[in-house]
Amino acid sequence: MPQKAGTLDSQQKTTSRRPAGTLYRGNTGMWSWVLHRITGVAIFFFLLVHILDTALVRVSPEAYNAVIGQYQTPIMGLGEVALVGAIVFHAFNGLRIILIDFWNAKYQRVLFYVVIGLWVVTMLGFVPRHLINVFSH
Amino acid sequence: MTSTIEAPRSPYTRSAKKSGVNWEKWGWIYMRVSGVVLVVLIFGHLFVNLMIGEGVSALNFAFVAGKLTNPFWMTWDIIMLWLALIHGGNGMRTLVNDYATSRMSRGILKIAILVSVVALIVLGTLVVFTFDPCPAGAPADLVASFCKSL
Repeated sequence: MPQKAGTLDSQQKTTSRRPAGTLYRGNTGMWSWVLHRITGVAIFFFLLVHILDTALVRVSPEAYNAVIGQYQTPIMGLGEVALVGAIVFHAFNGLRIILIDFWNAKYQRVLFYVVIGLWVVTMLGFVPRHLINVFSH
Repeated sequence: MTSTIEAPRSPYTRSAKKSGVNWEKWGWIYMRVSGVVLVVLIFGHLFVNLMIGEGVSALNFAFVAGKLTNPFWMTWDIIMLWLALIHGGNGMRTLVNDYATSRMSRGILKIAILVSVVALIVLGTLVVFTFDPCPAGAPADLVASFCKSL
């Protein structure tokens, strides 16, 4: 049956089984986008909690110290590693998005690996020092 | 089942309203401008609170009192508070527009985001500007050392 220009039936929409250059599926472009959204949501909800816990300085020193003491436990110490990991990825990938928008989109893939590299370097600087601070107290 | 796909590069039809401020454009610009500033502010915040000295283990009321009586850190924290909450709220609005399928759920979720963001901006701003580092009757070992000289 001849196909009218501009229409595709639902089966023809998925004829490509492998991404082939221009298809936005399954590659670094998609995964950086997925990670940006997941880390963004996680950081947003932490921010809500973090402003509420910091607001306890207005209640009493005891109330604030009781809550900040929870941030110094081993489990929360590991949570802070995850939090900083999410923030550092979101930060570097956000700068990557800006470079794609204002500089040149053709470098998006290599910039993704630059983001991963900077993330690894930053976390190597942060995690050992942070874990020593958490577990030596 | 067929679905219509518009010809490439066909003009994007907007709603009838042509004049006025293009808020989506300014939101897009805001995410990039605030994002760059937030990288500096939040990396600085994390470095000072988690890396210097004993990091997270050194945090307590007296530590916060030292920062929130210093105009430099008060300014830093206020700018970070406003930029981060609006950046995060606008990002959550994008996700709601993408994933909430009914008009009603989008409306409820976006109002919830707006209420949370406004409430926390007001709360955080009030905390920074009304903070009392040496509350009356607080135990001396819990407050900053400069409270002794008062």
